[in-house]
Amino acid sequence: MTVNIKRIPKKKFLMPGNAACPGCPETMGMRYLKMALGDNFVMVIPAGCSSVIQGIAPRSGIYAPILNIVFAAGASAAAGMKAGFESIGRKDVEVVVWAGDGGTGDIGFQALSGAAERDDDILYICVDNEAYMNTGIQRSSLTPYGAWTTTTWTGKREHKKNIPLIMIAHGVKYVATASVGYPTDFIAKVKKASQIRGFKYIHLLAPCPVGWRFDPALTGEIGQLAVKTGLFPLYEYENGKFQLSPLARRYKDPSKRVPVIEYLKLQGRYKHLINKPEEIKKIEEYIESIWYMIDVLEKAFNPKEEARKLLGSL
Amino acid sequence: MVVKTLTGNYAVAYAVKLARVNVVSAYPITPQTTIVEKLSEMIEKGELNARMIRVESEHSALAAVYGAASAGARAFTATSSHGLLYMHEVVWWAAGSRIPLVMAVVTRAIGPPWNIHVDHQDILDQRDSGWIIAVAQENQEVLDLTLQAFKISEDPRVYLPMMVGLDGFILSHTTAPVDIPDQELVDSWLPPRRQPYIIAPESEVVMGNIAPDEDHFMMRYSMAASMEAAKKVIEEVDREYGEIFGRSYGGLVECYKCEDAEYFVVIMGSWAGDAKKAVDTLREQNVPVGVVRIRFVRPWPREKLLEILSGAKGVLVFDRAVSMGSTGILFSEVAQTLYPLNISLKGLVAGLAGVDVGPSRIEAEILKFIKQTEEGAIYTPTEWILPEKYAGRYPSSPKEVIAK
Ligand SMILES: Cc1ncc(C[n+]2csc(CCOP(=O)(O)OP(=O)(O)O)c2C)c(N)n1
Ligand code: SF4
Repeated sequence: MTVNIKRIPKKKFLMPGNAACPGCPETMGMRYLKMALGDNFVMVIPAGCSSVIQGIAPRSGIYAPILNIVFAAGASAAAGMKAGFESIGRKDVEVVVWAGDGGTGDIGFQALSGAAERDDDILYICVDNEAYMNTGIQRSSLTPYGAWTTTTWTGKREHKKNIPLIMIAHGVKYVATASVGYPTDFIAKVKKASQIRGFKYIHLLAPCPVGWRFDPALTGEIGQLAVKTGLFPLYEYENGKFQLSPLARRYKDPSKRVPVIEYLKLQGRYKHLINKPEEIKKIEEYIESIWYMIDVLEKAFNPKEEARKLLGSL
Repeated sequence: MVVKTLTGNYAVAYAVKLARVNVVSAYPITPQTTIVEKLSEMIEKGELNARMIRVESEHSALAAVYGAASAGARAFTATSSHGLLYMHEVVWWAAGSRIPLVMAVVTRAIGPPWNIHVDHQDILDQRDSGWIIAVAQENQEVLDLTLQAFKISEDPRVYLPMMVGLDGFILSHTTAPVDIPDQELVDSWLPPRRQPYIIAPESEVVMGNIAPDEDHFMMRYSMAASMEAAKKVIEEVDREYGEIFGRSYGGLVECYKCEDAEYFVVIMGSWAGDAKKAVDTLREQNVPVGVVRIRFVRPWPREKLLEILSGAKGVLVFDRAVSMGSTGILFSEVAQTLYPLNISLKGLVAGLAGVDVGPSRIEAEILKFIKQTEEGAIYTPTEWILPEKYAGRYPSSPKEVIAK
């Protein structure tokens, strides 16, 4: 699906009075979400920056009906809402969960896994800024190796948990990765997901200037660099088929990738390891492992029936 | 009207069916499980036209029915003990949102050690949350209360969720004849769902984003005011239910042989039946004693209790739940209600973890209390009725353990 940005409705989604920091990736993502979905959706937002970004009641800086919910219950509250709408004859309302990486991969993971396994008809978007930003930049299971946070002062020792892969393993209808650096790609994926009935998961990389320590003017650029360095491949998994997104395909070839140091050096959270070749090497090895995984996924979930039969649902 | 022999849990399920609930979500836990099993069966057989969300936890169960209710559906869940504690965060969130909901709580002790038998710690742990909380004495009342819960919770003067407590095993798994009202009659009595707002694309409602502290404060104030209003609604619903279905229970509290009583037992739940038996026996011996059965813990029936108890010589409170470091939970409620009346008052903690007490023990405690009072009004906040096995080996007041 191609998206022409000029043809997208210009209706304002973010209002003055929203409480986001300058250069906030979450508000960028929300704007694109509205562009993709129009008016017929409701948002479910568990605790996180996006709870605060809405601003102060009784007003809201986000032009959408929102059910705020406790941290661990994004997916379950949304599943209930969808069932509620259906049970009273409103089958067309899209219910979208908008949750941080902590609300997705840590405390909310049980509810997420439950909704995915039940194939509840919701669109779950993880806005991944790679830490608990709302409470002041603490590590989450999605914080990458080496990154400074206020609970990993010398850099996190573990690699990022691969949630999209875990969602694919749930055998859901649709899984995609996206980055706020590539709005039309994200919009196209949201549009496609909204046409599918059943559980849909989109993992949106959201570089946060506050937590990653970079110039707020660079949110989009860093979002692109994550893809160009090969750190964050963009792909879609749909009904048992896996494919790299067109704009990420070239990075399969390591020689086409931007050296990861170009990405790391823009971010204060990596300051302590920039001059440590062995640390950079670890991150480069991680990139290799990610692409090895992509290779496996491409083979396992290729459109050829035979291969799929062979591997079942992973 | 049909009379069926039902367990308490099935009585809940029949009430949920009669209320034409749209969405059910629950997670298995003993002794609640047969409620969700029965409802699943009703839904799968097409007897109840509702969606069942088979969640992976109680936290999700309550979040799911809360989400459904926010979208405009009538929704129901049920749990017990650890399930209820696991839900606790969502319990508060749902009440603060003013979203009408109904939950059955099959009361059960809290571990460790693991124990599936009845006490009231689980349901009373929720008492500050803003839910209307009622506890039944027997299976017919379980059905009637559950049905009434929808009407009370969805009344615009209330708009608070409601819990219906029934004692684990004693009611949940024990059969008794239960009148099942006619569907048409229920339909004409229970209005279509009402709620303060729905979250839908056209509603533009945002629920739960940060509010000024003063506004948050006033939301609490408004909940407190609705709790007060709920007292009237509960009495109204009980009365009109009686007129239409032939059964009234006294509203917030049930009075048993209270008319000329000088001494009163205050008690809640199924063991109120034992207390009534004890009172029957004592009445035969001309002992002027009655039973005040607490049906609603929240809102607390302060006015009603004052009306009944202000002329009493003595009030004996039986508690199946204790606030550690303080007294039995009902005792502290009764004590603050009766202050500063000069009434002899005693609190007994008993029946924790399912330990049986029985009518004869209650009878003995009443007689002992009357004797003590006749020697001069007493104020004894906590005495424990220890299990048979340990009685005599330990003092009845935990305070004296340190003294020794
Ligand atoms: C049960 C519970 N524990 C802790 C918190 C505190 N808390 C609020 S938001 C948050 C972190 C959110 O992180 P994430 O989901 O990554 O979203 P972000 O703020 O980064 O957008 C935490 C720990 C809470 N609200 N509820
Ligand atoms: S901390 Fe980051 S994600 Fe949170 S509001 Fe600020 S910029 Fe946005």
